[in-house]
Amino acid sequence: MNLPARSCDYKGHGGLCCTQVVQFGVTIGNETVLENVNLHIHCGELTAIIGPNGAGKSTLLKALIGLLPHSGALHYLNAKNNRSGHPLFGYVPQDFSFDRDSPVSVLDFMVACHYRFPVWFHVTKSIQKRIEKSLHEVDADHLLHKKLGVLSGGELQRVLLALALDPVPNILLLDEPVNGVDQSGTTLFYQLVSNLRKQYDLSILLVSHDLDNIEQIADRVILLNKTILLNDTPANVFSSQEYRSAFSLKDTVSA
Amino acid sequence: MIIELWYRFISVLPFDWAQPGQFFFMKNALLAVLIISPLFSILSTMVVAKRMSFFSDALGHSAFTGIAIGILLGWVKPVLLAVAFSILFAFVITLVGQKTKQSKDTLIGVFSSIAVSLGILLSTWGGKSFSKLNQYLIGDILSITSADLNSLFFILLFVLILWWVLYNPLLVVSVNADFAISRGIRSIWIEFFFSALLAITVTLTISWIGLLVINSMLVLPAAASRNIVLNTRQYHRWAYIISVISGITGLLVSYYLGSSTGATIVLLQGVLFLITYLFRRR
Repeated sequence: MNLPARSCDYKGHGGLCCTQVVQFGVTIGNETVLENVNLHIHCGELTAIIGPNGAGKSTLLKALIGLLPHSGALHYLNAKNNRSGHPLFGYVPQDFSFDRDSPVSVLDFMVACHYRFPVWFHVTKSIQKRIEKSLHEVDADHLLHKKLGVLSGGELQRVLLALALDPVPNILLLDEPVNGVDQSGTTLFYQLVSNLRKQYDLSILLVSHDLDNIEQIADRVILLNKTILLNDTPANVFSSQEYRSAFSLKDTVSA
Repeated sequence: MIIELWYRFISVLPFDWAQPGQFFFMKNALLAVLIISPLFSILSTMVVAKRMSFFSDALGHSAFTGIAIGILLGWVKPVLLAVAFSILFAFVITLVGQKTKQSKDTLIGVFSSIAVSLGILLSTWGGKSFSKLNQYLIGDILSITSADLNSLFFILLFVLILWWVLYNPLLVVSVNADFAISRGIRSIWIEFFFSALLAITVTLTISWIGLLVINSMLVLPAAASRNIVLNTRQYHRWAYIISVISGITGLLVSYYLGSSTGATIVLLQGVLFLITYLFRRR
């Protein structure tokens, strides 16, 4: 796809601001994991990234936020098509592994992420208020004093989502957010995400294998395998030949 | 001055050694325990959380090597060289641990063995006796002087200030380093800062506490505390309480038993660990 390099307009669609990913590439050791990735992400749009295992989906997100070195450029354009540097990302990682025995409460962890005032010494009333508000946004008020290690998969994802939403980012990156989360947790999570998206006019980049839900909530679907193979509406992507061959499908399967 | 005030203050205690004008080593040791307890208990919370007990053990070994080299070079204060040596050691382990896929555990084992055998080789070269290094192995808190107490106090102050300023990012890194990076925290610097802090503390206190006991004091208070707490504030508070109770009791018990103070303190910490383990909370 050829997209104009310095403008957010395309097909009269999308919001007034956008993020441009230009000629992104990631090489790890001698292996090219991603190349020639060009992408426009518009404000308020939910873009889902799908692709087989090892296609570079998580790598793309990590490169975007600077966890991995990459080639190419990243621009954020505001409503007047002025470049205003990098977008502010919120990131919910795929594998948030940690020591579940560690005596760290949700409050401790969130305070440590946001403030410099030492959490081992004291948490002030006003700091706690802000954390409570932040948890309220993701329907997780009751988790405040729980130990991180006792949270269920879905609860942990909501806490990470609350962290990713404060400060409100330009783009929210969700890397397989419902992996290992049960059915009710999954439904709750997607409801939450679509509410927040309306509320804040968020751009969301979602990596997922959960094709049923993607069809429901995504505006666009990107089929990725080392580079972008398709970037289209969910219906068009799921009915395409490229989609079938990327997942080596003979008939329909939801991964 | 301050130390005189301490001697006077302590003379109200109903112990024979607490009476004015005598047993200064015991009074010094008690003050030392009161300074060491908070120092080691706060560091131990992170040693346990980051599963670094093997690393802190290795730091003790590298400090020992630094001291051996310092003595060999005829330095009056070999401990200065030891501080430099163990900071270097901490830096190399942190850096190499980031760059390779080797398990950190193995790396530490390799470096620690090299360090300690180098230390022993250098200090015994030409048939010299090893005995002058014994104090670093066993340590003797009763040998602490009022000048040592001053330095100990400044170490505590230094660690507390850094703990105040840098604890929050350190906590995020300890939970998940990649996540910390994604939130703009420079994980590797934070890791290095903590390793260096540990290196400095271990090296400077090793001659009073001893290589064999120091690592226990960096693990047991937090390990015991963690059994019964649910958040960071309780974690610090209980690690401190356990550390100070076992410190004071250990010193007194060792005085009347005539046993090694360090070992007595650690044994008490071990007992407190078992007790908290029985009452652990999930």
